[in-house]
Amino acid sequence: MVVAMPEPDLAVLARRDRIVKALSAIVPGEGVIASEAAMRPYETDGLTAYRALPMVVVLPSTTDQVSRILAYCHGEGIKVVPRGAGTSLSGGALPLTDGVLLGMAKFNRIREIDYDNRVVVAEPGVTNLAVTQAVEHKGFYYAPDPSSQIACTIGGNVAENSGGVHCLKYGMTSNNVLGCEMVLMTGEVVRLGGKHIEAGGYDLLGIINGSEGLLGVVTEVTVRILRKPEMARAALIGFETSEDAGECVSKIIGAGIVPGGMEMMDKPAIHAVEEFVHAGYPLDVEALLIVELDGPQAEVDHLVGRVEAIAQDCRAVSCRVSATEQERLLFWAGRKAAFPAVGRISPDYFCMDGTIPRAKLPLVLSRMRELSERYRLRVANVFHAGDGNLHPLILYDANKGDELERAEAFGADILRLCVEVGGVLTGEHGVGVEKRDLMPAMFSEADLAQQQRLKCAFDDKGLLNPGKVFPTLHRCAELGRMHVHAGKVAFPDIPRF
Amino acid sequence: MTDTLQPRTAKDVEDAVQWALARGAALELVGRGTKRAIGRPAQSDLTLDLSGLAGVILYEPEELVLSAQAGTPLDEIEALLAERDQHLAFEPIDYGPLLAGAASCGTIGGVLAANLCGPRRIAAGAARDHFLGFEAVSGRGETFKSGGRVVKNVTGYDVSKLIAGSWGTLAALTTVTIKTLPRPQTQATVVVCGLDDASAVRGMAAAMATSCDVSGAAHLPAAVAPRIGLGKATGGSLTVLRVEGVAPSVDHRKAALSLAMKAFGTAELYDEEVSRSLWRAIRDVMPFAAAHVSARPVWRIVTAPSRGAKLAAMIAAAAEAEVIYDWAGGLVWMMLTPSDDAGAAVVRRAVGACGGQAMLIRAPAATRAALDVFSPLQPGLASLTRRVKQGFDPNGVLNPGRMWAGV
Repeated sequence: MVVAMPEPDLAVLARRDRIVKALSAIVPGEGVIASEAAMRPYETDGLTAYRALPMVVVLPSTTDQVSRILAYCHGEGIKVVPRGAGTSLSGGALPLTDGVLLGMAKFNRIREIDYDNRVVVAEPGVTNLAVTQAVEHKGFYYAPDPSSQIACTIGGNVAENSGGVHCLKYGMTSNNVLGCEMVLMTGEVVRLGGKHIEAGGYDLLGIINGSEGLLGVVTEVTVRILRKPEMARAALIGFETSEDAGECVSKIIGAGIVPGGMEMMDKPAIHAVEEFVHAGYPLDVEALLIVELDGPQAEVDHLVGRVEAIAQDCRAVSCRVSATEQERLLFWAGRKAAFPAVGRISPDYFCMDGTIPRAKLPLVLSRMRELSERYRLRVANVFHAGDGNLHPLILYDANKGDELERAEAFGADILRLCVEVGGVLTGEHGVGVEKRDLMPAMFSEADLAQQQRLKCAFDDKGLLNPGKVFPTLHRCAELGRMHVHAGKVAFPDIPRF
Repeated sequence: MTDTLQPRTAKDVEDAVQWALARGAALELVGRGTKRAIGRPAQSDLTLDLSGLAGVILYEPEELVLSAQAGTPLDEIEALLAERDQHLAFEPIDYGPLLAGAASCGTIGGVLAANLCGPRRIAAGAARDHFLGFEAVSGRGETFKSGGRVVKNVTGYDVSKLIAGSWGTLAALTTVTIKTLPRPQTQATVVVCGLDDASAVRGMAAAMATSCDVSGAAHLPAAVAPRIGLGKATGGSLTVLRVEGVAPSVDHRKAALSLAMKAFGTAELYDEEVSRSLWRAIRDVMPFAAAHVSARPVWRIVTAPSRGAKLAAMIAAAAEAEVIYDWAGGLVWMMLTPSDDAGAAVVRRAVGACGGQAMLIRAPAATRAALDVFSPLQPGLASLTRRVKQGFDPNGVLNPGRMWAGV
């Protein structure tokens, strides 16, 4: 493990037996896992390069249990790491060796489906896809669709503010969550929002989404569901250069079209995918776009025609529009299998997640090629082109010499590059431990201190998921200190009336 | 009359807050002051006028992004976007008419600080959903930033959402970055006449459950419909449903929606021009804006859409009231007769029974000073709210008491 985590608290570890006993009293039966072999599956998440065995795993099944566990840990000064399905790509659920791993998998029921208000009330361990599956027989669906949607949970989606290929048009998780029940580190249960569209007061729901398990443990989520569009068609458009593809994306949006999805792949990604899925992708192009239009047939046909014309204008060398639903799904099958396809051609890979202003794409791709040569590692790119969210996949073999270290350094350089061109470190995967130490590339000390003061409002002892997101841990008392220069501040220059 | 500070730069704002901190003074933050009559009256020693921080910094239509100084007039931004066939999809309400002020006067900072939105809230969200990043000065007198200038970003807490709707109680915005979107090419409105409130709410739910992408669903009962400004006799209630997009799509959807509404009544159509002015009037709650009713309190109540009609009926049973429904029943605007508590007891009781939250938008300053303007918070949430405020503004320099006493 390369990343440094907070120093384990030896005093807590010394009390391990007592802690396990206390937790077993709260969650009886098989809800507490303390043997090394049984805890092994929890040692990592979707970022498998980092592993740590937790002190103990607890699997509560009621809000009351979560509340009592957190209250106990708060009183005893024990760290807690919440976990959904463990699909985080940034190490958000990486355990702490002196911490309780709070697994939310038993919260797996959909509590209510309310078609009149078009909402679903679900426990946090319900998978993303299960929400859609529960309502699709009535023609509804839940819009955010991260690639891991078969496995990832709604609670995890809230923690990471997950996106997906449709979020340019339909928004991220935070745009689709109306309410939640949440337990604070003290054990206190609070409710935010509900079935009404605007919660009122400070938008705490807005910061819980994307808080990476640092502010509270979500025990219930209310999401809005949408009626499925009448139909969708996808166009598969090939280009000789990524510049042409980028120009096409800009022109589509410039023409006032917001596609349901707009994805780009570079040549290495196209080849890896085509060998794996046989989706019929052209192999002689440098960049491939999938543009999906959804809505009533009249709208889709009209917009497909306009997209085709724009693609021609941008020197597309091939353009296929799906004629059937089966063909549309095949186009997507390739893109959706991009990660496993790359997994086939390399023992290990890192999936990066920067966002850039789209116009900078050609520059970023060419700089990435230089970096690829310098680090002697291959890279394949998939790209949520509509919103500028780039997923470079860095190919490495952890068993070969220093390839892991080189891959990490390569990844860090890519993310610094994203920030340098006006972008950000992460578009949808979260900071976690993976990008934690890069935060100063984007934020000043004052910026980070202000974010941590927000953390203090929720978790004054810093016990919930410490070591994630923020590169340096500060005590809340220290962050709260004010430096008022009483009497020293002159006020000469500002006009006053 | 309190003194007014007029900073010209972000550094001036930082100096002003530090100066206020050193003096133990409280600041009232204003842009162009259009929403000063909303919330609890200012308990401040000085006014910090941010309208001098004006000007668009960056607008890249193809990246769907615009950055501006916080005091930039909203109408300047809207005009700039219109040149490129874009708009602010969250359709911010203009409170001018309702508050008996001038129309089209606000700043982008004010729009965000109040988290404004409009009828399109049900399809496109509120200001919070389009607020990408900012620079601001906290009540600690420190300049900080959050977010970025790209439309997809989860780097750190999404503090933009917290700042949206915090009414200047956490930080003074200096620069803001927002998402812009293509403006729908055209629109039309499907109208069903004569429905009672409960049937209208059911009809709107049915419309929202179609794949017609309804971007506005409002109900104007018979008492208010004539004041919506359509310039024709309506003779009953109006239930109105908006569809927007490219022409072939709007044509298809208005027909499909009319068909779907058959079960509720005969549907008529308003063409683009009528539709545009109708939804502007609904956005700005024009039936409650007329000068002769300006003394009557107005409440903005948000509830689960299916409970809208029941909630309004509970209030109307206890007080003389007029109502306008937006958001398919989820937003209930109510105008009551003047009383000591502006109807708060009645409204709070109904909201307690039906769920949701209510805010007193229009009432005399003395009334707003004496009662909760924003929904009272549950004890746990109230202390969490105070701790959040403490983290940004420990000495209570910025708009103290604007939302709740002590925040």
